[in-house]
Amino acid sequence: MELDMMRRIVPLAAGLLVSSLVASSALAADINLLNVSYDPTRELYAEFNKAFVNAYQKETGKSVEIKQSHGGSGSQARAVIDGLQADVVTLALAYDIDAIAGKGLTAADWQKRLPQNSSPYTSTIVFLVRKGNPKGIKDWDDLLKSGVAVITPNPKTSGGARWNYLAAWGFAQKKYGSADKAKDFIGKLYQQVPVLDTGARGATVTFVERGVGDVLLAWENEAFLALKEFGPEKFEIVAPPQSILAEPPVAIVDKVADKKGTRNAADAYLQYWYTKEGQEIAARNFYRPRDPVIAKKYENSFAKVELFTIDDVFGGWTKAQKEHFADGGVFDQIYKN
Amino acid sequence: MGLTLSWLSIIILIPLAGLFLKSLELSPEQFWNILSSRRTLNALRVSFGLAFAAACVNLIMGSIIVWALVRYRFPGRRIFDAIVDVPFALPTAVAGVALTALFAEKGWLGAPLAALGIKVAFTPVGIFVAMIFIGIPFVVRTVQPVLQDLDPEIEEAAGSLGASRWQTIIRVILPSLAPALLTGLALAFARAVGEYGSVIFIAGNLPNVSEIAPLLIVIRLSEFRYADATAIAVVMLVVSFVVIFAVNRLQRWAQSRIPAH
Repeated sequence: MELDMMRRIVPLAAGLLVSSLVASSALAADINLLNVSYDPTRELYAEFNKAFVNAYQKETGKSVEIKQSHGGSGSQARAVIDGLQADVVTLALAYDIDAIAGKGLTAADWQKRLPQNSSPYTSTIVFLVRKGNPKGIKDWDDLLKSGVAVITPNPKTSGGARWNYLAAWGFAQKKYGSADKAKDFIGKLYQQVPVLDTGARGATVTFVERGVGDVLLAWENEAFLALKEFGPEKFEIVAPPQSILAEPPVAIVDKVADKKGTRNAADAYLQYWYTKEGQEIAARNFYRPRDPVIAKKYENSFAKVELFTIDDVFGGWTKAQKEHFADGGVFDQIYKN
Repeated sequence: MGLTLSWLSIIILIPLAGLFLKSLELSPEQFWNILSSRRTLNALRVSFGLAFAAACVNLIMGSIIVWALVRYRFPGRRIFDAIVDVPFALPTAVAGVALTALFAEKGWLGAPLAALGIKVAFTPVGIFVAMIFIGIPFVVRTVQPVLQDLDPEIEEAAGSLGASRWQTIIRVILPSLAPALLTGLALAFARAVGEYGSVIFIAGNLPNVSEIAPLLIVIRLSEFRYADATAIAVVMLVVSFVVIFAVNRLQRWAQSRIPAH
């Protein structure tokens, strides 16, 4: 009788084992990718990943699972440098990926490997003001009017805040004609800042929920998200006549992708940004698309702003970082007195 | 003994040694320049100064709370007793966000205070408030068991020997509680010095004004200047260690003066 039981149980168990193996291999994706990104892209990548997974499955028959990590851009770069196994990084500024490249994790010329500086979507810096714009803020010099409190995060800890700072600097340098005058402008601007949050989301919360300040310097997509979340009856977006072209870049982390054998999938993932669907997703999430056709389609969603690039005005990120945000740089100097 | 030592080494001493080693990448001159910069000095002053002030407030208010919890029976006493532990259990960032919401200019407490011309959130006062919040359980939980063990009969005896209430407190109760009070003070201080999560939201983070030393460390890290960051960390560690060591000695001294009973 015992034998009889065994005869019945063994195949059953074996069957269970096999079927569970099959099931788990069906559940486990062929390829796993880790995308290390920054804070305000949560909503964007939630949508993008889903679309990419479907497209990739259709094209290659392989399933991909994408894991997502968000945090401050600089600290995310540090995590990758310290060994977080990211296949791709999608950060707020090229400087952070340069730091990763500086450690030999990715090619030094990473920014030339994909079209348009490896930035498939762009944004700019705009003003979020309280409904009715009570302080009459239209342009950058209105921020210096007495009694205007400006909310912007700390450029030392926040990538977004560096774009804010450089946008203001670029404006002042153009308008007043010299770097010295721009420095003077920036010094006065930061005297109007009562709180320096450590990240862009924190600054948005300080302005929107805590009710501190008259104007928030924000990524355009963050401003739109805040408007969507809290309603146009409370806030409005003011686009200054000119601002900076913020180009959040994307790159493969060569060392990791080669080790894990995920280079092809990682490459397809980033290339997908440059397809029509990718560009649509960027536009729907309030990032400015690069594709001229899609850009035309969404042109009424974005204000017309004259955009200058960091290369034009500052000679690239590395130089800007060194001059302005490194220890003892201009940003430290304006807090000396 | 062997187990204790190896465990302590793995958990505490080796990481600390790593910290010291990292800071050795700097020449003594670089080390000195980092520490003597106005920014660093101000951040250390904010962190240590406010942490000490907050610990002192906690010492006084904590003692009063302990006294009420131990010596009186009132409705809801157990609930209050449990509430004391909330700052222990709460994730610090949650505490920070909650305090900021409360004390911001439009918050429940912030609005009336702003009407009086007092700004709390985004000023050093805000840092002070957050440090009081996270420090209070340390005083209460170290002093409470000692006071519970202190026999009220001793006070009665003192009274029957002609001591006034005030004399009883100063000469009988306080000396017995002194070691526990000092421990509570040191713990509340140490916690407040290193506190990041709850302080960062309410601080305002303006350089030289409301910038705490832990934030300066984070800033140096985000500049990829690991050695600079560890230099500041090492100073905080050494100062905290000296303070805790001094309090330990004081505590021993106080213990030796407890009247035998």
